[in-house]
Amino acid sequence: MLRAASTRWLRCVSLTGTTARRAGRVCGRASYSAAVESSVEPIRGLELGVGHSKLLLRSVAAVRSNSELQAVGVAEGETSKMNMCQAINDALRLAMSSDSSAVVFGEDVAFGGVFRCSVGLADEFGTERIFNTPLTEQGIAGFAIGLASMGHTAVAEIQFADYILPAFDQISNEAAKYRYRSGNEFNVGGMTIRAPCAAVGHGALYHSQSPEALFAHVPGLKVVVPRSAVQAKGLLLAAIRDRNPTLVFEPKILYRSAVEQVPVADYVLPLGRAEILRPGKDITVVGYGSQIYALENAIQMVERDMPGVSCELIDLRTILPYDAETVAESVNKTGRLVVAHEAPRIQGFASELAAEIQERCFLRLESPIERVCGLSVPHPLMFERLYMPCAVRTYEAIKRSLNF
Amino acid sequence: MFPGALNSEYSHELQFVSSVHPIPTYQVMDTDGRVLDTANEPQVTKEEACTIYRNMLTLNAMDQVLYEAQRQGRISFYMTSFGEEALIGSAAALDAKDVVFGQYREAGVLLQRGFTLPQFMNQCFSNEKDLGKGRQMPIHYGSKALHFQTISSPLATQIPQAAGAAYALRREGSKQCAICYFGEGAASEGDFHAGLNMAATLGCPVIFYCRNNGYAISTPSIEQYRGDGIASRGLGYGIDTIRVDGNDIWAIYAATRAARKIAVEQNKPVLIEAMTYRISHHSTSDDSSAYRSKKEVEDWNKRDNPVSRMRAWLEHRGWWAPGDDAEISKSAKADVLAAFAAAEKLKKPATHHLFEDVYDELPPNLEREKAEIDELLKKYPDYYQVNDFARK
Repeated sequence: MLRAASTRWLRCVSLTGTTARRAGRVCGRASYSAAVESSVEPIRGLELGVGHSKLLLRSVAAVRSNSELQAVGVAEGETSKMNMCQAINDALRLAMSSDSSAVVFGEDVAFGGVFRCSVGLADEFGTERIFNTPLTEQGIAGFAIGLASMGHTAVAEIQFADYILPAFDQISNEAAKYRYRSGNEFNVGGMTIRAPCAAVGHGALYHSQSPEALFAHVPGLKVVVPRSAVQAKGLLLAAIRDRNPTLVFEPKILYRSAVEQVPVADYVLPLGRAEILRPGKDITVVGYGSQIYALENAIQMVERDMPGVSCELIDLRTILPYDAETVAESVNKTGRLVVAHEAPRIQGFASELAAEIQERCFLRLESPIERVCGLSVPHPLMFERLYMPCAVRTYEAIKRSLNF
Repeated sequence: MFPGALNSEYSHELQFVSSVHPIPTYQVMDTDGRVLDTANEPQVTKEEACTIYRNMLTLNAMDQVLYEAQRQGRISFYMTSFGEEALIGSAAALDAKDVVFGQYREAGVLLQRGFTLPQFMNQCFSNEKDLGKGRQMPIHYGSKALHFQTISSPLATQIPQAAGAAYALRREGSKQCAICYFGEGAASEGDFHAGLNMAATLGCPVIFYCRNNGYAISTPSIEQYRGDGIASRGLGYGIDTIRVDGNDIWAIYAATRAARKIAVEQNKPVLIEAMTYRISHHSTSDDSSAYRSKKEVEDWNKRDNPVSRMRAWLEHRGWWAPGDDAEISKSAKADVLAAFAAAEKLKKPATHHLFEDVYDELPPNLEREKAEIDELLKKYPDYYQVNDFARK
């Protein structure tokens, strides 16, 4: 749970942003966000959430031994403790330092952005390179396309993923098709759009959505969702340098809560490649973004209750194009699959992955593929706990699959 | 002449038009509440004027209580109207059946329409009596009975919707209009331009009311547009336009009354740009000291305060005694606190409201999802805190 109770709203919400510094939940019963006692069933004895995750690289030693960071040559270098917001800030700084054509813009970004991801950049790089735009998402996206069409690097921020839809035409009809329709005369590969997404506990309909599946239906785009500080930095730099228009949806609950030792050097993590976070032999559990921590908890509950069972956890990281190979290889080993995301179940990304895997692994599957998703309703304020594909619902799905 | 510009004449001078004279700002009274031209003296009864002023004080009291409540974590979010209380004048000038499309800072309009303090509080607590059934964030009010369409967070989407609603009113022959509120920041969205152009071309009886308060979160109006405010755009769309002093409640009242007459009698849209200053932070999620000085805010609050202007006007009329304020504020605060305490005690809406109203009827996929959730609620009542929800 975040410290600040908030929203923009109405471009309102800086759910973790400026107010976090002074919010201070002093008293009152905070009925909208009451914490669950760790003593209740079926959690019993577990500490939930990213704050207690064993998946984060909290120590320098963890960085040193991370094979992916080793592969990109930054595991041995200097690290700094950063939350995901700071890691994104660091990536933006590196992107601008290493590429004089790079500009960063969006609503309210000049003073640091409502989530503070661009803090300090205007002082460092000047207002020609980091600037506020008028309040128009379609304008922001179109402007980014124009810059990128001239070979420049455009990093645009949409203040909330919920507000990206006025830009859908520019992104899906223009950016995604720029290269194809011109016979590769033109492309907008230098364009990246960042947008905070997903639930925080009090964002309701319009400050909680995860619209990745809408964009994952559009050939020509890349769609990325990071789970942590180290990931966000490497994936954002990869997105900025990738020669295709790329959307990075950043689960905003992680901005402050996902704290890791982050290599200070410039590095990129591969787009289109999943990461096996935890090997296992009996069932494959796949997700991305903040959902990873619900899956981690669900696996802890299953392994607590079913001694001997081990679950393989995979972070997809890139939703389009996605790494079906890694998932198929895992399912061919385990024979079972649970796919989870926060976006509504109906026509969600889990459906695509489930279809792909049943094609590739039909004879190996030992139970129906389970989808654990947000409910097929708008994201509801007071019913958020019921809406969410939380650890408990995932735990039930894993058990159903194992007991099939 | 050419069909695209029927009233244009030929010129032999190569000249780019870069500006016209700035549109003036209509004012009825000065900052001390004195009417500048006696012809503009508001035609209202003592009772009407005192009701308006009481609503301004009640709005202040409600904002103070709910802002603090958010700071204490008792509600999740809030937005105050400090500095923009004169907006109530627009509501006072309308017919009760005129349809309102708000943005989010229009609580004063609802108050003037008769939305009760318990209704405000129930929405902000998202409890079982919230008309919106606990689904939206605080301040997303709405009331069919008061012809106030429910607030939606996305900006400017309400502008073309108001044009459509006004077209419906015109077809009904009801002699009602729609009014659509939005900020100067929202006027940068594509929907603003679409909405005004459609309203103009299709002859929609709608009043577009721009609350130009100088800031869109952190972005000052100087970075939002380069033309003469939002009003100059109205002319571009062929819409009758007026700019008013948005801290002068009687200027707002008079302009809205006149706009309503044009809209309803001539089936035309009207644009009002009300110039004001956002004393509030954008919302409880915002700390505006990160991008503007506290002194700037304090100076505005002292120099030109819509509430004190209205009080001064009432005192000049002899309709208000200096001591009345404290008493009204005190009783308003007591009423607010009573409604607050009652709302805080109520349960969350019953869980079946989670699935209802997505469609008019529950489709089969939601029946299945509901069955799954109902089972989980039975299995893990403590995890899901089922006792916090109302039974029905």
